[in-house]
Amino acid sequence: MKLLLTGARIIDPAQNIDSRMDIFLEDGKIAKIGTDISKSLKSKSSEKITKIIDLTGMIIVPGLIDMHTHLREPGFEYKETIASGVAAAVAGGFTSIACMPNSNPVNDNRSTTEFIRRKAAQAALANVYPIGAISKDSAGVKLTEFWDLKEAGIVALSDDGKPVMDAALMRRAMEYGFSLQLPVISHCEDTNLSGGGLMNEGYYSTILGLSGIPGIAEEAMVARDILIAEFTKTSIHIAHVSTAGSVHLIRDAKKRGLKVTAETAPHYFTLTDESLQSYDTNFKVNPPLRSEQDLKAIKEGLADSTIDVIACDHAPHGRTDKEVEFEYAANGISGLETSLALSLNLILDKTLNWPELIAKMSTNPARILNLPKGTLEAGADADITVIDPLLQWTVDLQTFRSRGKNSPFNGRRMQGKAVLTIVGGEIKYDGR
Amino acid sequence: MKFEKKDILGIKDLSIDEINLILETAESFLEISTRKIKKVPTLRGKTIINLFYEASTRTRTSFEIAGKRLSADTINISASTSSVVKGETLIDTARTLEAMNPDVIVIRHSASGAPHILASLVKQSIINAGDGAHEHPTQALLDMMTIKERKGKISGLKVAIIGDIEHSRVARSNIYGLSKMGAHVVLAGPATMLPRDIEQMGTKVFSRIEDALVDADVVMMLRIQLERQKQNIFPSLREYSQHYCLNRSNIKLAKKDVIVMHPGPINRGVEISPDIADDPSCSVILDQVNKGVAVRMALLYLLTGGSE
Repeated sequence: MKLLLTGARIIDPAQNIDSRMDIFLEDGKIAKIGTDISKSLKSKSSEKITKIIDLTGMIIVPGLIDMHTHLREPGFEYKETIASGVAAAVAGGFTSIACMPNSNPVNDNRSTTEFIRRKAAQAALANVYPIGAISKDSAGVKLTEFWDLKEAGIVALSDDGKPVMDAALMRRAMEYGFSLQLPVISHCEDTNLSGGGLMNEGYYSTILGLSGIPGIAEEAMVARDILIAEFTKTSIHIAHVSTAGSVHLIRDAKKRGLKVTAETAPHYFTLTDESLQSYDTNFKVNPPLRSEQDLKAIKEGLADSTIDVIACDHAPHGRTDKEVEFEYAANGISGLETSLALSLNLILDKTLNWPELIAKMSTNPARILNLPKGTLEAGADADITVIDPLLQWTVDLQTFRSRGKNSPFNGRRMQGKAVLTIVGGEIKYDGR
Repeated sequence: MKFEKKDILGIKDLSIDEINLILETAESFLEISTRKIKKVPTLRGKTIINLFYEASTRTRTSFEIAGKRLSADTINISASTSSVVKGETLIDTARTLEAMNPDVIVIRHSASGAPHILASLVKQSIINAGDGAHEHPTQALLDMMTIKERKGKISGLKVAIIGDIEHSRVARSNIYGLSKMGAHVVLAGPATMLPRDIEQMGTKVFSRIEDALVDADVVMMLRIQLERQKQNIFPSLREYSQHYCLNRSNIKLAKKDVIVMHPGPINRGVEISPDIADDPSCSVILDQVNKGVAVRMALLYLLTGGSE
């Protein structure tokens, strides 16, 4: 399929492009990008162009990449399947996603990785990059076979959801992973400090009578992993940063030239623990929604590039997981279909400009995961997201492609949405 | 004044006028419990379900007696005998009970916020009889009623609440209620039992019982849950009782006419010495139990449209 996209504003942070241009896609690749290609193409080989799409008023960006999702298959298909997960991804504007290994069985072996890739290929919507477990069964005891997993197709390592409490094991994982160019993604939570906690520890946990998860539960492990990265001269990627203290630690580490990268999720710069007063389990997430002061620090961290990536930590759940007492409810937010619009608020409130936001949602995650993606350069894979920046819409859980209808944003008014998602030169979602 | 609330989920949601109305209504019901025939037909034909997911003797009995003295039909469901053990969710239990058309559901649950789930799902009135470490509104109301009767007022009094504040729903409800009614609430307990940012509720916080007791008009002692020792919240009962027990010597720091309260059940010799607990010149512990019935009668009456 050949596609000519005309009339849009093209933003590609990788090439420092932000201007009105045309872009021509051929054989799954970006064939050409430039100001006058529509004219030259029309005169030379108009019969070859199968489709011209006028995207005046739209913004074309390199396909968005979410490096932190949970697809739940194998094992928890009632929450999400790989097929429903990638359908949600393209509807949310994501052309690629990386999925965490906490399925059942845990993705700690070649067969599970291959199963995920096969299912993703069958679904043929977004690209799926599996993340392998650091330890067998993510139990934090014995390393998995990193080399074998890499050959099977994993792009990173993480025991997300089950923090690696053993610092020596984490050190080995970072050393061995670094030598294989496999980034280690750390879910930072000292489970002795967070044990039994249900929400951020502070005024609201006190008045609600819900046991608290202190910010230091996250920060203690962020500090530990930065120290390991420094000592072993390796790298670390900090997942879902939620506290001001973590932002400070990462900022300081970057100043010292350490190879530390970090991500946050839209709910951490959108909501605070004040929202939990309704005991609505859709607001229950780990790490928990924090204070106003933390939210402000997250935005500052995004603005000054302390935080490299926005990843939604898509955590779909079934009704039975959420429609229970708060303390029995599962953690997580189904985020793929609201992530972009929530992140666009950062442009509206002037935290970020367009190229900065797109870098955090495409260029940077591609760089961290070593993916040949995140750019609109000629020759690159034709993964493209088209955003209507002015489209007004209301979040309606019933329209979610994801099986996980667990979102605290139901009914929220949004501005801006992905209207066209192109993966490998093929239109995988058309919401125009 | 008409009582507009559908549910009683917490003192936080009640206005001063609503608290006053409840207390005045309760005062008018006090006399019924002293009659030879302790029963009036006020709630005849009404059905009240006591849904208790947590063990309770006094609160459940108090609600049951309150309902019966008003001639309502009261049904008790406790977690050990109900469908809970078979794995039915709270939501399904709520819908099942709703389908039987009761008038009021009283719920106690170990999970904070459980009564809120129930209230959002069913059309009947819900009374929170204690949820996790969140609120225990009927306890605070009976405490306020006791204080008001003994002291003639609540406003301007210094009330010291002592013990495991972190795990206490009684403390939270009383902080809201007493502060609303103009009392000055101070707290004391080991630093490990004081929840974060509790001072933002408008209270002063001390780690020594003596500092809180100074010039107190009312001292409210909280029960120490013995199993909390395992969480290292305090090293031993021995040490706790040496430093946080209300006794003959430290009570002298309070006002001469201080009254001593306890939501019960008491651990004699742990948080309160037996001679204080049994001293009729200061202890109002049994009086609290007595007021509990009247307060619960008042709430059942108001929620079923009694004020119309």
